Amino acid sequence: MTALLQVEGLRKTYPLKSGFLSRVHEMVHAVDGLDFQVQAGQTLGLVGESGCGKSTVGRTVLRLVEPTGGAIKFEGVDLASLSRGQMRMLRQRMQIVFQDPFSSLNPRMKAGAIVAESLNAFAVGTAAERKDRVAHLFERVGLTPRQMGMYPHQFSGGQRQRIAIARALAPGPSFIVADEPVSALDVSVQAQVINLLMDLQAQDGLAYLFISHNLAVVEHVCHDVAVMYLGRIVEYTSKNRLFSRPLHPYTKALMAAVPIPDPSLKREKQHIGGDVPSPINRPSGCHFHPRCPMAQARCRTEDPVLREVEGGHRVACHLV
Amino acid sequence: MAPVLEVSGLNTIVQSREGIVRAVQDVSFSVEAGKTLAIVGESGCGKTMTALSLMRLVPSPPVKITAGSVKVAGVDLLSLTEREMRDVRGRDIAMIFQEPMTALNPVLTVGYQIAEMVSMHEKLSKKAAWDRAVDMMRHVRIPAPERRAQEYPHQMSGGMRQRAMIAMALACRPKVLIADEPTTALDVTIQAQVLDLIKDLQTEMGTAVVLITHDLGVVAETADRMIVMYAGRKVEEGTTAALFADPLHPYLRGLMGSVPRMGGTAQRLQEISGIVPPLVNLPPGCTFADRCSMVRDRCRTDVPPFTEKRSDHAAACWETA
Repeated sequence: MTALLQVEGLRKTYPLKSGFLSRVHEMVHAVDGLDFQVQAGQTLGLVGESGCGKSTVGRTVLRLVEPTGGAIKFEGVDLASLSRGQMRMLRQRMQIVFQDPFSSLNPRMKAGAIVAESLNAFAVGTAAERKDRVAHLFERVGLTPRQMGMYPHQFSGGQRQRIAIARALAPGPSFIVADEPVSALDVSVQAQVINLLMDLQAQDGLAYLFISHNLAVVEHVCHDVAVMYLGRIVEYTSKNRLFSRPLHPYTKALMAAVPIPDPSLKREKQHIGGDVPSPINRPSGCHFHPRCPMAQARCRTEDPVLREVEGGHRVACHLV
Repeated sequence: MAPVLEVSGLNTIVQSREGIVRAVQDVSFSVEAGKTLAIVGESGCGKTMTALSLMRLVPSPPVKITAGSVKVAGVDLLSLTEREMRDVRGRDIAMIFQEPMTALNPVLTVGYQIAEMVSMHEKLSKKAAWDRAVDMMRHVRIPAPERRAQEYPHQMSGGMRQRAMIAMALACRPKVLIADEPTTALDVTIQAQVLDLIKDLQTEMGTAVVLITHDLGVVAETADRMIVMYAGRKVEEGTTAALFADPLHPYLRGLMGSVPRMGGTAQRLQEISGIVPPLVNLPPGCTFADRCSMVRDRCRTDVPPFTEKRSDHAAACWETA
């Protein structure tokens, strides 16, 4: 089976310029050689802490940010071969929902116009048909068509995220990048939006690249999960395998750090120390070695490659 | 043991153009030395306004504390003059905030800011205050504290800045520490470190901690007791164990059902329909009525009293027995 989205060796570096004639001194290695795929109708979770490059991945696969290297194939088409115009047309099939529904909606446009914008841009149907479609989308995301004439500030955070989802759905995509779609919302509202995303997937067979730092949410919504650390995937497998048998020391540390809402579980936990290193001066060898409780001499010098250790379970660690 | 912090009947209002917002209504609680009380709720429930009222850091006008008392070791902070209050802040009661970047002064070194706090309360030479600051930074496990003390906030990572804030807050060993979403802006591995740190220092100094958070996981792992706030009112109170084992208020039940859990089954998450009502012109009756699945007529007309339903476990609801 070919995947809906196939990514190979994806890289994105940003030059840091400073000094005389803006010479490039250093590079920020935001995304450093990623391979992954998203199957039609499924959700791939991309999980990691701030600065691990997960949001950059979401933007580069849509070419909202041009990748430095690597190949991205969507529905069999190599995105790098497309012109800007062709890429624009393809975005009907691939959409994005951002984290912050306060900054991602134009405050001067009415909610209906925001959702209609892509339909207008791609000139879908007649004006009347477009209006009907927007009204229908409002209903699908749990808003009422009456609210089409309201401005974003008149909606709550959760409702705004619904507008953003309706906007993403409008051109009829098969794939949506959801970049921390519930992180800015209150818990009770988070549940509403998560349920909505899952319902839409069940109805339309949508595929998601679900970017999140919240392991519990990822476990709830994803089929496969890739754990990122400093621009690289360190572990990549099915959700069930990852959560029942995490292998990479970073994944284990991440899971141990998540507070569990059950006071009867008094866990004696070993928390890892240190901060996430900077993507400019990355540690040698395995990037995780300065924080890793199991690190050995080899980890300081040799880059571990992401390799399959068991059926469909890939880990980048010398010790597994 | 007598509680170190006793809050009773606290009422705080905000005068806005749309009318009077009753941000905190009749909130009472107490915390013993060395214990942690969590205040749980979603945005707009009044938890931060409660914290700011305890510190008397509310901007007045438009915010006004209209009734109640806040006693720290028997002294009512609300009866003090502003001058006296300044002596109390940092010495008896201190606070750390969610966003350390905005709470620290960006143009002063971290060491200077901690030393300044110390010398406000203790007669120390400049050198001694600086040494105390460095000491305190070592205490909160900031590596190379002598060098770090000379750095500015922007040179530190988020976790490091939060440690510096904790160092400042605890430098004079206050009796009460108010922590307002102290780890919300941090990554989970860093959050775990900071929570461990607060707990260790609390055990060492016997500090009473008021932890304000929306994260039930953090509550379960750190708090001895908890209160749940909704739309400015306290709706449930008891030991953390009791509230998690047997949540009584429909709002708390809903909250617990709506959080995805690691290792949980992939069932549909429970939703609480609707949103927190605006606090201006609140309807009569229970503020949760519009979102409640158990709502009856009485809920829309009469405010449910806050009553003890189990031993040491109280809630404000007409329907749960």
